[in-house]
Amino acid sequence: MVFTQQLVNGLMLGSIYISVAVAFTLTIGILNFLNFTIPALYMLAGMVGWSVSYYGLPFGLSEPLGWAPSLLVGITCSVLASLLVERFTYRYFKIKHGDSTEHAIPLVSSLGFLLIFEYAILGAHGSETRGFHTPFTDLNWRFADLVISIPQVTSLILSLCIVVGLSFMLKKTRIGRALRATAESPDTATLMGVEVRKIVPIVFVLTGLLCGLAGSIFAVNYSEVSPYMGDHVGTKAIAAMVIGGLGSVWGAIAGGLIVGISETFSIHFFGASSAQITVWGLLLVLLIFRPNGLFGHNAIGKGKF
Amino acid sequence: MSGYLSGLIGILGINIIFAYSIYVTAATGQLNLGGAGFQAIGAYSCAVLSEMFGLSIPFLLLLSTIIGATVGFLIAFPILRTRGVYMVLATFAFAEIVAGVILNSDSLGGPTGLVLSDYIETDVIIWSTIGVVVFCFYLMSTRIGLAMRAVHDDEAVADLLGVNRRAVQVGAFAIGGALAGLSGGLYALYFGFVEAQYFNAFLSIFVLLYVLIGGTQTAWGALIGASFFTLVPELLRMGDDWRFFIFGVIIVVMMIWRPEGMVTRQAIDRITLKLFPVVRRHG
Repeated sequence: MVFTQQLVNGLMLGSIYISVAVAFTLTIGILNFLNFTIPALYMLAGMVGWSVSYYGLPFGLSEPLGWAPSLLVGITCSVLASLLVERFTYRYFKIKHGDSTEHAIPLVSSLGFLLIFEYAILGAHGSETRGFHTPFTDLNWRFADLVISIPQVTSLILSLCIVVGLSFMLKKTRIGRALRATAESPDTATLMGVEVRKIVPIVFVLTGLLCGLAGSIFAVNYSEVSPYMGDHVGTKAIAAMVIGGLGSVWGAIAGGLIVGISETFSIHFFGASSAQITVWGLLLVLLIFRPNGLFGHNAIGKGKF
Repeated sequence: MSGYLSGLIGILGINIIFAYSIYVTAATGQLNLGGAGFQAIGAYSCAVLSEMFGLSIPFLLLLSTIIGATVGFLIAFPILRTRGVYMVLATFAFAEIVAGVILNSDSLGGPTGLVLSDYIETDVIIWSTIGVVVFCFYLMSTRIGLAMRAVHDDEAVADLLGVNRRAVQVGAFAIGGALAGLSGGLYALYFGFVEAQYFNAFLSIFVLLYVLIGGTQTAWGALIGASFFTLVPELLRMGDDWRFFIFGVIIVVMMIWRPEGMVTRQAIDRITLKLFPVVRRHG
């Protein structure tokens, strides 16, 4: 029974990793860009959501809002922040250097944005963990000894829906085709009539949406937010993406669940600080035997740094 | 020397040596996002050896350098199987595992850390730093340095022209490990205390940023980058959070303004030409 309960907990934790890992894998698969601002975008949704629900909109525009509108403001904020990153890291360098941009440059720039967002929030709100109050903290299903919280099940279903919808969009719609063409070769896509410059912001909007949703789901599930909440999830989501293989949406799902489950099991059996060794050890061993991850495309993420 | 100044020089020296450990691999075209792991290994081996065997200080520093080099040499083989982003994340995974192992082993003090009874003065750090800087400048001026640059610019062409690519890459990891081990040993002896929380992911990220923003083209990059990012925050001296905010802004602006780093080969050629109009630099 303990085993099943841990499995359930692992799946719930994994569902948060999935959304963030998909955000990572999209930017790297389509733009060949490891976007380190993703943990900060995730944190922004939670922290901005909290501050709106606590203080109200800035400049005295409104009273403190309820949890749902606050989180909506939070998600909007992460989408806008993501577009800001697009403007100053990706677009700028592509205009200036074209396809020959060294991959390390946007990467370093995105690390700069990670610091900017994280320390702006730290400077504004301090480093304490804040309680985020929602009306459903105690909604649980109980089967025999098994406890399943309803918000968590909802969020697992929600993130799976998002991911399935996303992969449908990538496969079937015009925008999805354009995105995949850009991923193959930006220059050829331009020749085929894809407006790459208009497609790229879509990737960043999707990134902001995915991270914002994941951050909101976290805030609702665990009823707390903190400026550091992105670091933990961000590193675990990177691990999930690498285990699944860069650029593969289904790989990110598998990786997210594997990381979530192995984390809860190792915490259960070996204590709280062992999760780090288990997850990263798994990743290192996997990379030694399968340098592309589980479902990784052969050519993605291998570019020279 | 005032206590504040000598403390600043101490941390500056440690950061410069640490930055060179990452620079050596970056100059061969591999980004190492696991610097904190290598430094932690140096610091902890220094602390443990000092407590268990009571060795003398030069011997302690030598041993932490050798241990760092050995680990760098051994880890190079699995890590070099991966490429690009995968390699960056494999080195990152290595650092996370080292921190995790330290946190979980009671003999290494776990989360509480270890206290050392030995200590060193600032002048040891100054001399080590000078030694490391001279060594790296010399290394980059030799044929090995040329081979490293060739591998950085194009692996396949370097291979075709008879550079032993694998040896250069593994060697770079070993030298990088050695320097990180040395900086870790100096850190442990200078502060008299090591704890796993210091060697976290942000330390790895920062040291990589020192190097990339300083520039990987010439050996000046790591020196300038590490000095800039150790000294400028001291000058900014405001609330801790806003200091890092400005650090982030500087990084973004720097990448727009000088994407190849502060010091590039071109910039050095221009300066030399201005200072010594007759002397022509080659390469």
